Amino acid sequence: MSDSNQNILIMEGISKAFPGVQALEDVSLTLRKGEILCLVGENGAGKSTLMKALTGVDRPDSGKIFLEGREVQAKSPQHAQSLGISTVYQEINLCPNLTVAENIILGYEPYKFGRIDWAKMNALAKDTLQRLLGVDIDVTQPLGSFTVAIQQMVAIARALYVSTAKILILDEPTSSLDVNETAQLFKVMRKLKDDGVGIIFITHFIGQVFEISDRITVLRNGNLVGTYETASITRVGLISNMIGRSLAEFDEMSKIKLESSKHIKPEALLQARGFGLTGVINPFDLDLHSGEVVGLAGLLGSGRTEAASLLFGVEKADTGSITLNGIVIVDHSPLGSIRRGVALCPEDRKAAGIVDDLSVRENIILAAQASQGWFKFMSLQQQYEIADKYIKLLNIATPSADQLVKNLSGGNQQKVILARWLATNPLVLILDEPTRGIDVGTKAEIQKLVLSLAEDGKACVFISSELEEVLRTSHRVVVLREHEKVAEFSGEVDENTIIHTIAGSES
Amino acid sequence: MNNSFKSFKWKKITESRLFFPIFALLLILLFDFIFIPGFFSIENREGNLHGSLIDIFRNGSTVMLLAIGMTLVIATGGVDLSVGAVMAIAASVAGIMMNPSALKNEVFFVTDPNFTFQPLWMVIISALLVAILCGMWNGMLVAYVRIQPMVATLILMIAGRGIAQLVTNGLRVQITYKLFTLLGQGWFILPFSLYIVAIVFTLTWIMTRKTAIGMFIESVGINFKSSFFSGIDEKKIKFLVYTFCGLCAGIAGLVASSNIKTSDANNIGLTTELDAILAVVIGGTAMSGGRFSLLASMIGALVMQAVTQSMYAIGVPAFALQAIKALVVIFVIMLYSRQVRGFVAWIGSPKRGV
Repeated sequence: MSDSNQNILIMEGISKAFPGVQALEDVSLTLRKGEILCLVGENGAGKSTLMKALTGVDRPDSGKIFLEGREVQAKSPQHAQSLGISTVYQEINLCPNLTVAENIILGYEPYKFGRIDWAKMNALAKDTLQRLLGVDIDVTQPLGSFTVAIQQMVAIARALYVSTAKILILDEPTSSLDVNETAQLFKVMRKLKDDGVGIIFITHFIGQVFEISDRITVLRNGNLVGTYETASITRVGLISNMIGRSLAEFDEMSKIKLESSKHIKPEALLQARGFGLTGVINPFDLDLHSGEVVGLAGLLGSGRTEAASLLFGVEKADTGSITLNGIVIVDHSPLGSIRRGVALCPEDRKAAGIVDDLSVRENIILAAQASQGWFKFMSLQQQYEIADKYIKLLNIATPSADQLVKNLSGGNQQKVILARWLATNPLVLILDEPTRGIDVGTKAEIQKLVLSLAEDGKACVFISSELEEVLRTSHRVVVLREHEKVAEFSGEVDENTIIHTIAGSES
Repeated sequence: MNNSFKSFKWKKITESRLFFPIFALLLILLFDFIFIPGFFSIENREGNLHGSLIDIFRNGSTVMLLAIGMTLVIATGGVDLSVGAVMAIAASVAGIMMNPSALKNEVFFVTDPNFTFQPLWMVIISALLVAILCGMWNGMLVAYVRIQPMVATLILMIAGRGIAQLVTNGLRVQITYKLFTLLGQGWFILPFSLYIVAIVFTLTWIMTRKTAIGMFIESVGINFKSSFFSGIDEKKIKFLVYTFCGLCAGIAGLVASSNIKTSDANNIGLTTELDAILAVVIGGTAMSGGRFSLLASMIGALVMQAVTQSMYAIGVPAFALQAIKALVVIFVIMLYSRQVRGFVAWIGSPKRGV
């Protein structure tokens, strides 16, 4: 009995179905006081659904939830919060046009003479950020002016500020944080753990799972695989539990890469010379060859994304030139790029990727249709053909091509965006964080896909925060630091050398 | 088994876009059926059909025309408040071209039904061109100058009536030219204005659903940044819908002025922009943009007109009409709330009472 007393949370036999999908089936989970429990699984395994059942976003179809021995069912996220269950979601749910302080304090403003005491509010926010997270920023600036990483920190600060949390749920908070920021977050998590808070931590980074967690609960396809003491399970054991298949595929990668490197064309397909935009990224040279994958490595904010959007024409360069197949490109724009055969799969899936109220089919054909113009409308039959082809090719888990994209899991949405760009049949494919917030199995799938695309003669640019992934996928690695291209490595590269280059220190 | 099949069907019906607008319309017609004797009777006068039902269509044609353009604008996440004023401008241009006496500052009653200063085709094309220009102005402000749609179109909503007054020299222009008055008053089995609505509706449907424009409009309305990244020229799309909305308002202005045989810059289209917006909202297109249905907006416009017509028929005085209309609108909009929809779904669910 003493053991169960330690459990502040028990979820028993939770089931939940959505149209066409059994998202959860008879899943149970326990959380002890002062422990960090990692919840892992592939996309669509049911992690987010399970948390939504706990926080009152969705009602489970069946099952019971006990909080400190009492049966509860949160009616809404607010209600969950008042019960002591706070959540920071994967996608940031704050108001970018309000200041950082307003975002943290919103709804709990300090008053003075019946008016909001702004000075006190700003001080409170600043203190919360500094004390809990060790982040020192100007809290009077609008949230939108900060990087995604900082915004994520603010979201966590808000969750902690709003209530005295007994349970804190972190739904992939680290997917947009760099190494230092993650370490900072872990420090905070350990402190909260010592204070007796139970933390449920959802992440796709296996390294982080082993670094921070006490126990691990694994879900697969809506079912519970098991709960393990972290000390008692190996990495390989965990991953094979998650994906339910062997890891031979990962080793296969290096073979595929070696094989595909033979197909790289010597002449450059796309050439950027002294290409840059003042205040965004310093002028850089870049050559992309058919059949080659070029990785862009660097810390968050080093200029990776900026370089990509400049190449695609989202923003117009003010210096230098860019040529495709030897032809100088003037009047650079996304539409022009798509028509010339350049595609960019953007970093921010929610804001710049999916069109959530359109169907999977419409999302897939969107860019291809845009390049054809307004009047050459693809017939429905053509649309279904294209959509079905990519649903099959990329293994997109959806009941049909007519499902709204917002009903898919994050990883499947990412695949839909990839499909959109593949459907334009590009020569150059720029992928900005294509595996962000995606499970291990799908990650490997996407990496393999990128290599096979290169083998088909496409020039690929692969951007990722995970250096390991960049190295595994790329034939050549370009390192950026502080808005500048600082180095280029080809052939077999040592991970350490690149880390030192990224950090800017001598090896 | 049978029960779950039934609930599945019920769900399919209640989730259809057209369910709630039609449901609202049927409710109002049911009210009419009970309280207004003879509301459904249709007379045959010399081969033309007359009756209260026909009147709903005829009097609703202006709002229906406006709602077609407004649907597209709202689908992009915008709104056009100036359509009423654009109606007045188009009507004034048409009026002054047929009866220019107002320019000489004299109220001149033309009695000859065959007299017009300019030929009819010139009149119509000029009026519609001016309306298109008005739409382009709105489109430019919203798409290229990036002013918020409500503010941008508010400018023309206010300035538009002034412009219309300038055109007619501040006077009400009488229109007697018979060919023109046929637009709003003519009949060929059904009222002429209905054919105009049908033509505009069909062309718009083809323009949006048989080309990629409809999908692009929805895409821009849902997520303009994603659309931009996907190569959709969202500025051009916005410019297009406001321009088109202007054209629809122009056509509505011609029908309205023809119906009352006057170009009245002060009163033509007054507050119709609100009726048009409500028609679209009743049709289920979200004010935040996204998925749209032209047919549902048409039914929405009919709901608005049916309410007006019914209130007149049971003798509600004109001054109280707006208040009653507001109540009905509140009721219809409430049908759209998630809570009420949940309730309706619950009524049809087999689990109820178990």
